[in-house]
Amino acid sequence: MTTSPVLDTPPHHTLVVLVENKAGVLARVAGLFARRGFNIVSLAVAPTEDDRFSRLTIVVDADSAPLYQVVQQLDKLINVVEIRELHPSHSVERELLVATVRAGPELRGQVMDLVRIFEARVLNVGSDAMMVSLSGSPSRISDFARLLQDYGIMELQRTGKVALASLDQISQQEPDAE
Amino acid sequence: MDGGQALMRSLEHEGVEVVFGLPGGAILPAYDPLLDSPLRHILVRHEQGAGHMAEGYAHATGKPGVAMVTSGPGATNIVTPLCNAFMDSVPIVVITGQVPYPAIGTDAFQECDITGISAAITKHNFLVVDAGDIPQTIHDAFHIATTGRPGPVLVDIPKDIIDSKNPRSQMTWEDPQPHILPGYSPTIKGDPELVSQAVELIGKSRQPVIYSGGGILKSRAAEELLTFAELTQIPVVTTLMNRGGFPDDHPLCLGMPGMHGNYTAVTAMQEADLLIALGSRFDDRVTGKVSGFAPGAKIIHVDIDPAEIGKVRQADVGIQGDCRHVIAAFTQALKEEGEEPRRRDAWLNTVKRWQEKYPLVYDTSPDGPLKPQFVVEKLRDNTPDDTIVCAGVGQHQMWASQYWKFNYPYTWVNSGGLGTMGFAVPAAIGAKVGRPDRMVWAIDGDGCFQMTAQELVTATTERIPIKIAILNNAYLGMVRQWQEMFYEERYSEVYLSPDLPNYSQWAESMGCVAMRIDTPEEVEPAIIKANEVDDLPVVLDFRVDAQEKVFPMVPAGASNDEIVVSPLQQ
Ligand SMILES: Cc1ncc(C[n+]2csc(CCOP(=O)(O)OP(=O)(O)O)c2C)c(N)n1
Ligand SMILES: [Mg+2]
Repeated sequence: MTTSPVLDTPPHHTLVVLVENKAGVLARVAGLFARRGFNIVSLAVAPTEDDRFSRLTIVVDADSAPLYQVVQQLDKLINVVEIRELHPSHSVERELLVATVRAGPELRGQVMDLVRIFEARVLNVGSDAMMVSLSGSPSRISDFARLLQDYGIMELQRTGKVALASLDQISQQEPDAE
Repeated sequence: MDGGQALMRSLEHEGVEVVFGLPGGAILPAYDPLLDSPLRHILVRHEQGAGHMAEGYAHATGKPGVAMVTSGPGATNIVTPLCNAFMDSVPIVVITGQVPYPAIGTDAFQECDITGISAAITKHNFLVVDAGDIPQTIHDAFHIATTGRPGPVLVDIPKDIIDSKNPRSQMTWEDPQPHILPGYSPTIKGDPELVSQAVELIGKSRQPVIYSGGGILKSRAAEELLTFAELTQIPVVTTLMNRGGFPDDHPLCLGMPGMHGNYTAVTAMQEADLLIALGSRFDDRVTGKVSGFAPGAKIIHVDIDPAEIGKVRQADVGIQGDCRHVIAAFTQALKEEGEEPRRRDAWLNTVKRWQEKYPLVYDTSPDGPLKPQFVVEKLRDNTPDDTIVCAGVGQHQMWASQYWKFNYPYTWVNSGGLGTMGFAVPAAIGAKVGRPDRMVWAIDGDGCFQMTAQELVTATTERIPIKIAILNNAYLGMVRQWQEMFYEERYSEVYLSPDLPNYSQWAESMGCVAMRIDTPEEVEPAIIKANEVDDLPVVLDFRVDAQEKVFPMVPAGASNDEIVVSPLQQ
């Protein structure tokens, strides 16, 4: 059986990295991963509630490097402020998928069934194709993508996941807050 | 005030006394206010020289070295020193000119993305956007370069913000604030719990070795190391980056470990039951094949950079912290436990037997050719004990490290991690500028000398009286040695000729005093004569045996157990 990085995530770690919102920071992070031989499975970046910082969700291929090395090397970047590893069972993970599926009039109904079951959305319908989107947990996204494959995926884009610690985790990790 | 004036004032504010550099279009506006500044500027002949001079200055003084160059080719010429300083954790600040801010990204004349290029080989770099940011950025740059694990920091400054004729350069001086670097706060003190665990391991060990590296010198911990070693009676190896960090003449000193380390230093580590790694990083030139390195040893690893701990070899106790603090904490904890200066007779006797059986040797038969090791020994014996020695990269570097007696910290300046040929001459100039009170000798190879010799023009012009001993073996000797030993003597592109260039004439043309030495008898008189020159650089061209090889040697990729001693000892 062949694995596809779009459908199956290899053994991985999820790091949530707070960085200073400065020019070139993403290049520094990406460059570090490249030169140290750490593989990125996915990377999502966006500004945070505080405009001095951006937050990165980096999914790192666990086989490419020991987690401790990745974290310590990242931490050496002057613009990296905080790094947290998130365990799936203690975090909320979300991802968005957009896909164009080959589906002429006779298959549209079947695809619509999947859309309904997954609570996905139809974004666009053409004569022989449909564009759909789904946001949800990465594993649900993978399930959906796998089922869509049977119809023929013309184009598919996943955003890579974003994640935050679940609320019980946040209160556990901040003893000073009492 | 304009940005150019602010730049000068910022450097003065950081306590900078000397800047090594070379002007050009983009940095031109900074060279005008330089005329009105008390800063000493040393005009180099190639920007690589400026970078290595800054490094030599930093090595010898402990203060950050500063270089200033123009954009484009000036910036790319200083890439090698940046990488060298990064590998050896040398605090330098490099200022590069950049094309005017609005022109960035347009392939303007002499535009080069030096912050992009240097991101991988600097501790950090900055592109300054507004003139008003110059004081704070320079302040932060020096802070980052000199604290934690030291390293190079580059500050790229667009021309428009330092050009007095450009409105974008106008600014009001404001003293820099305390650093606002939310992602940067090095840990200095070791975790006391881990310190106790380390002390416990030390107490249990029977055959411990202190594996001391460049972090000792960087954290100025030589004294703490001496106290700790004497209290515990643990022998000390000093890596290439820590020669002088523990006195060679001390009975507990085993000297340099590694690929060309001496037999005892290498073997003591192999046989140790505990390695106390202090500011060292398990470099492959020290460990040989990692799986075969010190197989029976537990590891205590102290480093200010937590990424080093466990990077190569898992530590039993890993302590993040500054060596000076952590070693002092070890000593303190041991004293509290009532540790008396210990006797480790059995272990120290074993070590001593290795030292007696396998000292460093070379062929000293009277009518043979001039031996490079002999030259180093004579230099050592005819110069003050606190002489600063710089080296290039190759066989001569290894002989210098092996045969010199380093008894003072900050007397050995060399390129370890990057192995940069051409380091010696400019580094010696930088060291002498920083320590004019000291005699500074460079022990250089003929190949290395040809890479940066033009800086002797700088030395003559600026009256920086350094002394260069070229161990002229007419070869890229270290490469020749590998071809002889590992490529069936198939010599490929390693011959240089002893006479082309004519080193004496070349040196004289650059204003130096020069001598050529062919026989052992001439060696000492030439050195004594060189030592008497105190206003000009001196170059001694020693014609040494081209066949000589560096021993011992651990072949690349082999385990340290497979150390090859000199044929004279086999
Ligand atoms: C800039 C650079 N280029 C190439 C090398 C590879 N290299 C290492 S040692 C050496 C030979 C150095 O020759 P020389 O300066 O004459 O020293 P010797 O080994 O003969 O003492 C070479 C080419 C290097 N270390 N640095
Ligand atoms: Mg040579």
